[in-house]
Amino acid sequence: MLNLLNIEGYRIKGNVHCYRQGDLLIAHDVNSGSLHLLDERTFNVLKAIEDLQEGKEKITLQRIIHVVAKAGKSTLTEEELSEIFEEMKELRKERTLFSEEAEVVTLNYPEKPIVKAICLHVAHDCNLRCEYCFAGTGSFGGSRTLMDLETGKKGIDFVLESSGHRDHCEVDFFGGEPLLNFGVVKALVEYGRKAGADQGKTIKFTLTTNGVLLNQEIQNYLEQEDISVVLSLDGRPEVHDRMRPYADGRGSYAKVTPLIKQFATKRPESSPYATGTYYYVRGTYTHFNLDFDRDVLHMADLGIKLISMEPVVAGPEDAYAFQEGDLDKIREAYDRLGEELLLRRAQDREFNFFHFNVALDQGPCLIKRLSGCGAGHEYVAISPEGDLYPCHQFVGQEAYKIGSLYDENPHQLKSEVVQDFRSANVYAKSTCQECWARFTCSGGCHAANVAFTQKLTEVYTLGCELQKKRLEVALYVKIKEIQQNHCPVTAVAKEVRC
Amino acid sequence: MAKHIQTIVKANLSATVKTGGCGQCQTSCQSACKTSCTVGNQVCVK
Repeated sequence: MLNLLNIEGYRIKGNVHCYRQGDLLIAHDVNSGSLHLLDERTFNVLKAIEDLQEGKEKITLQRIIHVVAKAGKSTLTEEELSEIFEEMKELRKERTLFSEEAEVVTLNYPEKPIVKAICLHVAHDCNLRCEYCFAGTGSFGGSRTLMDLETGKKGIDFVLESSGHRDHCEVDFFGGEPLLNFGVVKALVEYGRKAGADQGKTIKFTLTTNGVLLNQEIQNYLEQEDISVVLSLDGRPEVHDRMRPYADGRGSYAKVTPLIKQFATKRPESSPYATGTYYYVRGTYTHFNLDFDRDVLHMADLGIKLISMEPVVAGPEDAYAFQEGDLDKIREAYDRLGEELLLRRAQDREFNFFHFNVALDQGPCLIKRLSGCGAGHEYVAISPEGDLYPCHQFVGQEAYKIGSLYDENPHQLKSEVVQDFRSANVYAKSTCQECWARFTCSGGCHAANVAFTQKLTEVYTLGCELQKKRLEVALYVKIKEIQQNHCPVTAVAKEVRC
Repeated sequence: MAKHIQTIVKANLSATVKTGGCGQCQTSCQSACKTSCTVGNQVCVK
């Protein structure tokens, strides 16, 4: 039967994601990245074929009609089914539905890693004691310490040299709280600009801060130096204060919110895709605020336009960790957030939610999607002592230390760890191979995967579910946006933008 | 005009295997997340 569609041997599950979101019935063709809207009958037919396939049942016109009818869906005639099949065949021919996955590519890397981005931990100390801090409230399991200027300069030299022919390097000032070491940050920006220019390279600086020390002088400096800034705010006062207190237990909302608001207004033109010089206000949601959509909207009500809200990654022993039964509530929160975002856009009260941004017409290439974030070979984190780790979340974990700026040859990274991270791509994860979201989440976060499975090649399944839900809503929002703007079919080649 | 299926976005991601891989793109975890892999939320710089 499936030879009618010319898809004999083609598995729909994992290659075409067909789902209902709001009032839309959506088919996402995973391998091409195309998006289609279906009518109710076509949706039912596609679902029926997928069910029959998964049940290893024989697929005939009559069986499809039977499955659709049995599920209590509309009655379907053979003529209608043939019509639907004709349309599907056309799309199959143009490779936007039932498209084949690209042949497996070998991800080739030079023997010596090309590190183009570093996360400089300029302060392993913090003026807050956030409950969920993966950095051990700033110290990363070690002593509270600040990076000295010499180490920071070595870090800059390291990325400029390791980045080879790449013209653009990235340096993120991170912590702990990097503004506790603001003097070194300033000196490193000055040093980095000059050293970069001497080598014909540009360094893009980012600073991630909790906002406590974001006074006028520092705000002006960040503006003047075009430094992108990621600011932490969890949303409503009670939510924020519960998880982000000072050492003495006082909440930090009252202090940081006016400063974050003030800074956000300085950059109204920031890119939602975090390109150029931008700000983003990011929060973390936990078991305590499963209605985190209200926290996102609280921030939007404060006038903040660029918002990211991440699910906490926590072990079962933590009270704030997600529990059995939370997932449905989280999914509902993403649903509500998508609808509210659309509503506010229509009312000219627009805001951006980071995880709903999917650049369908300008997204990353398949190679990037297969290889993931680049931790451990394109991106490394540097501790205040100059030790090198695959990313900021591995800092302090001895088994993952890949070198030191003070080694005789700091560019000689521990090859077995580098290789492990390079190999932990989408192809290496069996769960990903059958997942329709594989080219968007790229196999998930290495640190979260290791934290939950102790392996780089096994996935943190709750993270997968959250990722899939976010993507479903993101695609829905994108379609609504295209419809509202009355755009023609968006085609990658033509770069039609709405 | 298709009666049952309306194409909203025509893409050819598979083809970028041949055209992509320049490596100039921004590192995904440097921006608004820091606790997840967000390649899908990035743009290509080419």
